[in-house]
Amino acid sequence: MSNLIMETKDFSFTYAGVDAPSLKKINLPIEKNKITAMIGPSGCGKSTLLRAMNRIHDLYPGNKYEGEINLYGAEGKENILNLKKENDLIRLRQDVGMIFQKPTPFPMSIYDNVAYGMRLAGVKDKSELDDRVEKALQDSAIWKETKDRLNTSALGMSGGQQQRLCIARAVALKPDVMLFDEPTSALDPISTGAIEELIAEIKKDVSVVIVTHNMQQASRLSDYTAFMYLGDLIEYDKTDTIFMNPNEKLTEDYITGRFG
Amino acid sequence: MNRLLLNKIILVLSTLSAIIGISFLFWILATLTYKGVSSLHLSTFTEDLVNGGIRNLLVGQFTMALIASAIAVPIGMFAGIWLREYSNQSKLASVIRNLSDVMMSAPSIVIGVFVYALFVAPFGSYNGFAGIVALTIMMIPIIISTTDNMLALVPKELREAGIALGGSKHKIIVQIIIKAAKVGITTGVLLSFARIIGETAPLLFTSANNQFFTMDLTGQFPSLTVSIYNLATYPDEASRELAWAASFVLTAIVLIINLTGRYMTRNKK
Ligand SMILES: Nc1ncnc2c1ncn2[C@@H]1O[C@H](COP(=O)(O)OP(=O)(O)OP(=O)(O)O)[C@@H](O)[C@H]1O
Ligand SMILES: [Mg+2]
Repeated sequence: MSNLIMETKDFSFTYAGVDAPSLKKINLPIEKNKITAMIGPSGCGKSTLLRAMNRIHDLYPGNKYEGEINLYGAEGKENILNLKKENDLIRLRQDVGMIFQKPTPFPMSIYDNVAYGMRLAGVKDKSELDDRVEKALQDSAIWKETKDRLNTSALGMSGGQQQRLCIARAVALKPDVMLFDEPTSALDPISTGAIEELIAEIKKDVSVVIVTHNMQQASRLSDYTAFMYLGDLIEYDKTDTIFMNPNEKLTEDYITGRFG
Repeated sequence: MNRLLLNKIILVLSTLSAIIGISFLFWILATLTYKGVSSLHLSTFTEDLVNGGIRNLLVGQFTMALIASAIAVPIGMFAGIWLREYSNQSKLASVIRNLSDVMMSAPSIVIGVFVYALFVAPFGSYNGFAGIVALTIMMIPIIISTTDNMLALVPKELREAGIALGGSKHKIIVQIIIKAAKVGITTGVLLSFARIIGETAPLLFTSANNQFFTMDLTGQFPSLTVSIYNLATYPDEASRELAWAASFVLTAIVLIINLTGRYMTRNKK
């Protein structure tokens, strides 16, 4: 058996006030310490699936989850759809981090941005915070650029730097999984390259799921690729297989740019 | 060619209207400054109305406006935060939002009459508390709508990012979202303060006026705006001069608060 960190089992998702489900019986494995890419045309449900994996949908009332999403964390297998209490959801989000399309620095200093999640998690000791902030910034390859301006506002950084700061902020919590929703689509090519390097680098510590519209990015970066279409998971396989020799005609059409 | 001509005509017309509009404004400001400054003396600020100064009026006006703000700002902010962050845009939320909008556009004299009926008539005397209540009622909907609108400008991704880092909803709102909207909300508070400090109608038959210095809110309370209203109608030259001086001071105060607010928004970040 392969080494899973997460999996969805017959997972369906319906948005509040919508009749038809946006995701239909998705069965997707997420391999530990690998990068899994999710591709597919706009509106196929990539973000919806990603946002179920840390239950961020719960911010908005009335959505419906069905099936299972299992997390194989330190305490063994757990169906995250069964979590009810706010504290359990908070713990889930500490284990499953998320990076958004647009960088989301908080209106505070660079240091406080990185320390924020740790403080929420109850880390109070100043020297531990200092160490972990530095480590996270180093792991996210922006320590050099930021070490002399840790106390300046994060809002003054460039878009690419802000995105790496957001990654540092998430990495600092030592999550099991990191979810990326088109993390480079708002960035220039150089920043994009830096983020891609970073993602390839962090996979030794965390498992990564990344949504992307960029086929090169998916094939360069990922070990596994899931192709989705209209709320269905059409095909999931090793990235090489998906790109060189897909099983499904639909996958091939999409990858070769015949639609989407 | 034709289009160029049309362009020019429109340009000339709009420049002209702008000039006319601005000229009136300057005319008012110039008259006010000229008449106001020439009627200002040191004693204007050191004497009370009874002796031909505005000291007690300034203190009274600010006392009422500040106490009203101290009540209206927290209430309005909490209501605005609830509307934007906690109501999930429910039916009740839209009722409250509409109600608040209606209240905001209610003529201030109506608020004055309302408060008169509730807080003046039953006690048989004008009183400072009633004035404060009227100003508070005026201010709350303005603060609600500023808070609501400024929070709406904070991208939802910022809330999601906070939640995704393991924050609880209320911590994210208090520590991040309000901080992100801080400048806008503070500006709104300043502008609404500038708005109520210059109001006459809500005070006219609530706190009315007082010639003497007093801090007793249970009786008639000195007011700069009500005094201007009264003084301007008196036949004697001294009263009218004092009205000019008071108007000038009031305008300067409102202008300074407004400019501070605008300056803050401009220097965001
Ligand atoms: N809040 C919502 N309420 C109702 N329907 C929604 C909501 N968000 C998304 N949808 C619908 O769910 C489907 C999947 O959307 P989703 O955002 O997951 O697509 P996506 O694959 O991420 O697309 P993109 O590549 O454009 O980001 C779409 O049909 C979309 O219209
Ligand atoms: Mg998406």
